[in-house]
Amino acid sequence: MGALAEAFRIALDLILAADPTVMEITGLTLAVSASSTLIAGILFIPLACLIHFARFPGKGFLVGLIQALYSLPTVLAGLLVFLVISRRGPLGFMQLLFTPSAIILAEVVLIAPVVLGLVISALRGAAAEASDTIRTLGAGPFRTAAAILGEARSALMAAMLMSFGRAISEVGAAMMVGGNIAGRTRTLTTAISLGVGKGETAESIALGIILMALALLVSLSVHFLTRGRR
Amino acid sequence: MLARFTAILLTASTALLAACGEQPAPATTAPDSAAVDTAAAPTAYPPLESQQRLLVATTTSLYDTGLWAYMEPMFEERYGVELDILYAGTGKALEWGARGDVDVVVVHDRAREDQFIADGYGLSRTPFAYNFFVLVGPPEDPAALAGMTPEAAFAKLYQDATTPFISRGDESGTHAKEQRIWAAAGLDYETVRSSGDWYVEAAAGMGPTLNMADEMRAYALCDIATFLAYQGDVDLEIIVGEGGVMQNVYAVIPLSAARDPEMAQNMVTFLTSPEIQNLIGSYGVEEWGRQLFTPCAGQDL
Repeated sequence: MGALAEAFRIALDLILAADPTVMEITGLTLAVSASSTLIAGILFIPLACLIHFARFPGKGFLVGLIQALYSLPTVLAGLLVFLVISRRGPLGFMQLLFTPSAIILAEVVLIAPVVLGLVISALRGAAAEASDTIRTLGAGPFRTAAAILGEARSALMAAMLMSFGRAISEVGAAMMVGGNIAGRTRTLTTAISLGVGKGETAESIALGIILMALALLVSLSVHFLTRGRR
Repeated sequence: MLARFTAILLTASTALLAACGEQPAPATTAPDSAAVDTAAAPTAYPPLESQQRLLVATTTSLYDTGLWAYMEPMFEERYGVELDILYAGTGKALEWGARGDVDVVVVHDRAREDQFIADGYGLSRTPFAYNFFVLVGPPEDPAALAGMTPEAAFAKLYQDATTPFISRGDESGTHAKEQRIWAAAGLDYETVRSSGDWYVEAAAGMGPTLNMADEMRAYALCDIATFLAYQGDVDLEIIVGEGGVMQNVYAVIPLSAARDPEMAQNMVTFLTSPEIQNLIGSYGVEEWGRQLFTPCAGQDL
């Protein structure tokens, strides 16, 4: 226990002194996680709407498949993105491998099913409550969709924050396509992974505390946003 | 640094604003991507062209000692390039090299290095430093291996089949050396590997493997530099030391497919220059009380 207490003390010192390396790693982590969440939102909220409002055969299976992909292993997402952006891969010419953009791309792949699945669920919930009312008020299909989206606003936000949580906490994909390069692609989770391997307990715990603090912020936000609706 | 991360975030937010008009985003910036980009440029570092980066894949044993962190700024200053160091076992480093994803590899497994060059992936192999592997284990030496040659010690571990041995099991240079020592001891590696619970495959880097050996009171093969760096944290000692078969040679290989062949060649020049050779020879003496690497530029090892 003595060693653990000591590690926590050093961790606190690193945080309070705003250690430049720790700050840099935290900054990159936030930038990468926020970017991937935003991009996933732009791409997949509209797609989720499309899937929800459209009628087509196999829709139930598609939604089931999307929800199954919540469990997509992060290292597998990393491996797929690696193969695509590696110099020999189809997007190799873009030279994305071992850059922050590569991590963002992998996180987008990883959280795509989460955004799609949760947004579809949110729309279903909102639609059940609201569509009758809206239709009896005489709105057209486009106005109905807009109204339902507005009704599901907080659930949409919760889905985005959940995606952010998955992006910020995963290590496998970030390690594989980012390469954990000091000062370039080192995120909180890959730094923790390296630190644990090197026996640098105190630094690893410090980074862990920061990561948990960010995660806590996210979950508190979700709680705050959803409480208002229930 | 922070400025660059802000730039990454800005670029992404800009894309959001540009692509998503109906999204109720907390937009204070102009929803025009070009305008925001120009506004951000003066405060942020311009994104580096890929030609200005040199990607070097190095073995974990060199990385964990801090040698690269020490040499990196010198190289960057001398050649005006951003040096990005990736660490991985020799197997993975060579795989990255074969795929053309890095410009230079620095590894330690002669057989695979020669093959790598024969396959046309690498231009040349230049040894620049060596040290030794050691067999480490609990200080009480439960298998009574002290004083033996590495081959005899390995043979006894296999015959006893009681004291655990932790293998890297990750196709690293250290793992390759281990396989070579089993062969030198007259044993078939695959037979050894499947001969019982005493043989444990960590499938991990050197550090985690040492930690596992410490927890399980087991033996492990380790390069001397990593072991010295870990000595304070694990209750393990060198049981069988340096010997002919234990020599550990690090070599630098610029890749045929390097994006900037001249810059890749600069790494060879740099590592074998008298100044850096001196630094490598004296690196770590202050911290660990002994030399970690012996410079060997010009020798055929």
